[in-house]
Amino acid sequence: MPKSLTPRLAALRDEIHGYAKEFGLDFFDTVFEMVSYDEMNMVAAYGGFPTRYPHWRWGMEYEQLAKGYEYGLSKIYELVINNDPCYAYLMESNPEVDQKLVMAHVYGHCDFFKNNFSFRHTNRRMIDEMANHATRVRRWVDKIGVEKVEDFIDRTLSLENLIDQHSPHIRRNPDPRRAEDELKANERVEGFKVGREYMRGYINPSEFLDSQRKKVEDEKQRAKKFPERPQRDVLLFLLEEAPLEPWESDILAILREEAHYFAPQGQTKIMNEGWASYWHSTIMTRRALKDDELIDYADHHSGTMGTRPGAINPYKLGIELWRDIEERWNKGRFGKEWDECDDLRARRNWDKKLGAGREKIFEVRKHYNDITFIDTFLTAEFAMEQKLFVYGFNEKRNSWEILDREFRKVKNKLLQGLTNFGQPIIEVVDGNHENRGELLLAHKHDGQDLKGDYARETLRNLQSLWRRPVCLVTRYDNKSVLLRFDGTNHTEKKVEL
Amino acid sequence: MTLKIHQDHSRFKQIVRGKIKANLRKYVQKGEMIGKRGKDAISIPIPFIDIPRFKYGHKEQGGVGQGEGEVGQQLGPGAVEPGEGHQAGQGEGDHALEVDITLDELAQILGEELALPNIERRHNEKLVTQKIRYTGINTTGPESLRHFKRTFKQALRRQIAAGTYDPGRPVIIPTREDRRYRSYKLQDLPETNAVIIYMMDVSGSMGDEQKEIVRIESFWLDTWLRHQYKGLESRYIIHDAVAREVDRDTFFHTRESGGTMISSAYKLCRDIILADYPKSAWNIYPFHFSDGDNWSADDTRQCIDMLRNDVLPNVNQFAYGQVESPYGSGQFIKDLREAVGDSPHVALSEIADKDAIYASIKDFLGKGR
Repeated sequence: MPKSLTPRLAALRDEIHGYAKEFGLDFFDTVFEMVSYDEMNMVAAYGGFPTRYPHWRWGMEYEQLAKGYEYGLSKIYELVINNDPCYAYLMESNPEVDQKLVMAHVYGHCDFFKNNFSFRHTNRRMIDEMANHATRVRRWVDKIGVEKVEDFIDRTLSLENLIDQHSPHIRRNPDPRRAEDELKANERVEGFKVGREYMRGYINPSEFLDSQRKKVEDEKQRAKKFPERPQRDVLLFLLEEAPLEPWESDILAILREEAHYFAPQGQTKIMNEGWASYWHSTIMTRRALKDDELIDYADHHSGTMGTRPGAINPYKLGIELWRDIEERWNKGRFGKEWDECDDLRARRNWDKKLGAGREKIFEVRKHYNDITFIDTFLTAEFAMEQKLFVYGFNEKRNSWEILDREFRKVKNKLLQGLTNFGQPIIEVVDGNHENRGELLLAHKHDGQDLKGDYARETLRNLQSLWRRPVCLVTRYDNKSVLLRFDGTNHTEKKVEL
Repeated sequence: MTLKIHQDHSRFKQIVRGKIKANLRKYVQKGEMIGKRGKDAISIPIPFIDIPRFKYGHKEQGGVGQGEGEVGQQLGPGAVEPGEGHQAGQGEGDHALEVDITLDELAQILGEELALPNIERRHNEKLVTQKIRYTGINTTGPESLRHFKRTFKQALRRQIAAGTYDPGRPVIIPTREDRRYRSYKLQDLPETNAVIIYMMDVSGSMGDEQKEIVRIESFWLDTWLRHQYKGLESRYIIHDAVAREVDRDTFFHTRESGGTMISSAYKLCRDIILADYPKSAWNIYPFHFSDGDNWSADDTRQCIDMLRNDVLPNVNQFAYGQVESPYGSGQFIKDLREAVGDSPHVALSEIADKDAIYASIKDFLGKGR
């Protein structure tokens, strides 16, 4: 079971806590707990939480983590939960300098959780909530049977990414606006209020009244469609409209809630890890590090920052970008004058001694997510300095290779990977397709095709929730295709949209 | 201490077990797992257990990387993790999942799938070994076996009895007489020893493919018998016109070119049994693999005589597997069938190709002897 800190570590924690406060970090209370390596693996397998609903996938995760640790391939240093108070775990066997580093890193995360706008809607009592979810699922398991519940969870997880990843909030209850809209739609069109009767023809000319009537009529037509607008949150649509058993909708609601809780962490991975790394580096090198700890610290830090050609390390990209922003705002390298300056020497020596860097990064950590962060602050100079490139698969040579180092392309590729969490955007278009109660989804194609076998399997799972046939419109090789699964057969046909 | 995750972990293992079971026939044929054998566990590649999602085809995607290199330069193998998008640690890979499974568990799965009967042990009661168990306490013994807790208990008892114990200052000093030592007792354990004697024809007509079949088959036989018996020994005999005993490695990798005299192997097998494995103490399993081409009818007659008189009375089961080869006549199994085919202690099987291994395992082990 997790233990509280030893007196020695508690003293270190107080020390690091002091530095964090001194630098202006603002975080919830943070509780550190000591765990053994297999407890650490367990908590990590549970996505950072001490308790989750029963599911084999945690077991699979755990097996991989445990193997990785036992073979000495990987080791989890730090785990922190977005909660109030924040919970963080320290591994018993780590040396002291690692513990200090982890604590400093954790305070960075906690500050980010508390202040970044993406996390505002997240449940800050998620530890309790997760435990409640576990209890609820367990109760259904007792009642319905483990096979049925597990099977349902498997099928629902297959749709887990079909939420509105970027929505800044989560809708927990059915939309009250719908009833309101209905009321409005039934109002009679009378035009503006007229004080003097002879003015009526001028204030409400008949063309205006007609256009108003048409608007109301359109509104009614639209309301008949269902959903009224394409809906990104497919899980919510299913929750409200699919013919689910009570236990099914309860579990669906649980999974949706958890998916929404984790979404902001996916959207701020680069910022968040970068921010925490920036702060562990700052706190350790400016304050906490002792002379004899330097080598170990450097070793560990550089291990975290390591890059390999085929992937972006969010820690590395993040910390470098934060440092770049700080430097630019310290030296005033922004604004019209800077942008228009093309004298290389002047740019290199540009320093207006503004000293506004620290202030700027604190502001940025509040109002940005990865997409806006990269879009706003990733400059051509930065991309060159960091040696960023676009890679792709060369079918002819059957290998991955560097395609381009041009700044625009690098940035676009990076942003594309971040949009919607790197997942395809799929919306519910029609819940009564062809007036047969079929479900129609549309994939917003952005140049990349879906993985076909996965798409068909996912449709199968979707159908089992919707009960009626389900369809997905997407594109393969530049042709629109409608994939349909009716409960027994997959069909595919070309469509014009 | 048990962790909550162990429930989920065992559920996962159950699912894996189901997958292995469903694909057992494939594993039996391929033998790809044999190479990855540890002491008592092996790792098996199973298709990655994944939850399907709407996602991009991997090769469609590409991404952004960081580091040196000219445009057009290839990224080294392993540089791009399969299936990994931009979210480090979030990627679901397409790679196979390696799962560890103990040989015991594998044998169980094999047994369930092939509906193999448990083996009737021949010598259950007669055969007894003695095992040392440290369960007793003695007043004398070597210091390395001193039982500290009992020693101090004894000292405490003595001090209380003598009135020298002060609860306010609980100091206990054991004297020489207080010392207690662990001591052993002998326990009788029913012994279930077994030996497999593998014999293989390595004459020119047995090609690599035939040997591969034998190798795979022997792995499964080993696995099952090891599951049934605690102590399992293996002996290996290769023969062409003459037979000799070799180690496991040589057994599978030797190729001779001579003719075939099966009787030489049976003779050696008989001698090994007589010398090392008395019937009263051992469960004995000779397995012989050949392409069924013997030198002469005369030699075959000799083989059958030896089987009848010396081998069969001593063993649990004699098994002969005939691997089909383009050169062999396949006569030997017919002769055997005719002569000893109805003996309950003989199992015969023809193995046409790798697909047939599955059925042949059942031929060999299905009798439960």
